[in-house]
Amino acid sequence: MSAVADYEVVVGTGAGPDEAVSGGSGRTRRSRSRGAGDVLRAVWRSRWTRFGGPLILLGLWQLAVTIGHTPSVQMPSPSYVVSTARHLLADGTLEAALVASLRRVVLGLLLGISIGTALALASGLSRVGERLIDPIMHMFRTMPVLALLPLFIIWFGIGEKAKVFLIAWAVIFPIYINTYAGVRSVDSRLVEAGRVLGLGRGGLIRHVILPGALPQFLTGLRLAMGISWLVLVAAEEINATSGLGYMLINAENLLQTNVMFVGLLVYSLLGLASDVIVRLIERWALAWRSSFVT
Amino acid sequence: MALELRDLADSQQPSVQLAEPSRPLGETVVRIRGYGREFAGRTVLSGIDLDLADGELVALLGTSGSGKSTLLRALAGLDPGAAGHVQVPRERAIAFQDHRLLPWKRVWRNVLIGVPKATRANAIAALEEVGIAARADAWPGTLSGGEAQRAALARAFIRNPRLLLLDEPFGSLDALTRLRMHALLRELCRRHHPATLLVTHDVDEAVALADRILVIRDGGISLDHRPDAPPAARTGPEVIVLRARLLEELGVDPTDPTTNDQESGD
Repeated sequence: MSAVADYEVVVGTGAGPDEAVSGGSGRTRRSRSRGAGDVLRAVWRSRWTRFGGPLILLGLWQLAVTIGHTPSVQMPSPSYVVSTARHLLADGTLEAALVASLRRVVLGLLLGISIGTALALASGLSRVGERLIDPIMHMFRTMPVLALLPLFIIWFGIGEKAKVFLIAWAVIFPIYINTYAGVRSVDSRLVEAGRVLGLGRGGLIRHVILPGALPQFLTGLRLAMGISWLVLVAAEEINATSGLGYMLINAENLLQTNVMFVGLLVYSLLGLASDVIVRLIERWALAWRSSFVT
Repeated sequence: MALELRDLADSQQPSVQLAEPSRPLGETVVRIRGYGREFAGRTVLSGIDLDLADGELVALLGTSGSGKSTLLRALAGLDPGAAGHVQVPRERAIAFQDHRLLPWKRVWRNVLIGVPKATRANAIAALEEVGIAARADAWPGTLSGGEAQRAALARAFIRNPRLLLLDEPFGSLDALTRLRMHALLRELCRRHHPATLLVTHDVDEAVALADRILVIRDGGISLDHRPDAPPAARTGPEVIVLRARLLEELGVDPTDPTTNDQESGD
């Protein structure tokens, strides 16, 4: 030992020489405590910590309501909200509202994504297109969507159209701006290589420009999904006879705080679901990039 | 069938003309007459006449900014602003210093870009030729520098080019990998015998690979030299003499530490 005392251990567990001299009992104690610590550490580092934050929040909420004796009209407890949700599910209210809202969001998203992408390509791939389209997009972009709602109702009536179009309208901009930026940021050296390899304009767009713009497009999609829910609820609260927003505004009028909480909870879950969907799309479409992240 | 060359006497306007496909050995594949290029009024290259024959590997040496890549880009059809007459075959391929594989296509799909009616089997065969068939399904981002350049070469040779353009293809590889790539390139050129124009600033690379060595300087070709011995047969003394001559032509004196200063002064 004295022979190596001058040396510093720079790599290793740091357990040092005492492990070598300590007896059997000491070793078992050490390994047991290390085992429990390992489990904790493993949990701490695992992906399940993703759920830790919401769970803690939920616990604090329940605690606050229980200790503070808050009237449930002001602040229903989590358990009350859950039982309300169960009730709303059982009588079909929640499901009907969700289906109506989902339908609007999906239609609006599809429409908005199509138009936004088409405009971004027209503007990104041609100089004339850019001159014609880009300024208009930036003019419209800054208009508050909700201020447009009355106009949309005047133009398209109080039916589904106004809501779907409003969502589409709001979705166009994040898709347009991101996809346009994606198209413009495609590595010009790759475009040149594609051209030398004999790709025509269509081939370049399909094999080089679109895949190159895809990561940015997906960023736009992520934003678009979030925005679509925001716009939908606003539209449904003002004029609707079905949907989550309608359920919310009804509950508001009847002072059913518990139902309002259920509605808000559903929104947050939908936000989570949107994120998961985009993540799955990314994992599939950007598999080539995962090689850099591992 | 003989190559149909355009009558050059009356061709004043810039043009890149595509020749009819035909391939007898040793035939002129590229014909350049009065080629010139200026950027914003500054003449980079002028009055260049050059023929490249089928099967010959020609190294184009020059210092940075001498215009060697400009000439190569003109032959690739990437420079519409050139003056003079440049006749190149339609079947041509190019490999750059950066491999330029599309990162979102697996290696074998990259090899097939722009090749009509090609199958995966064709791609695998081409990759086998460059020794990386095992990496056919890899994403380009996972390849080493050498592997990526091999894939780029496979992508060039699968087109069976009559003219192969190489723009410092080994410039970013380490010295040992570069030597292996030299052997590979020699073998591929022997098998496919395209006319090859290798742009490089590496004198040793030119000596190791080229049948014919051009030096570009002051806007023109200042040396067009065809050593007696083929690259593989060049012996030590020959290499030393050739190397010294090329360096001199490039204005580099390896024994003079002030060479650089003189160069930047004029």
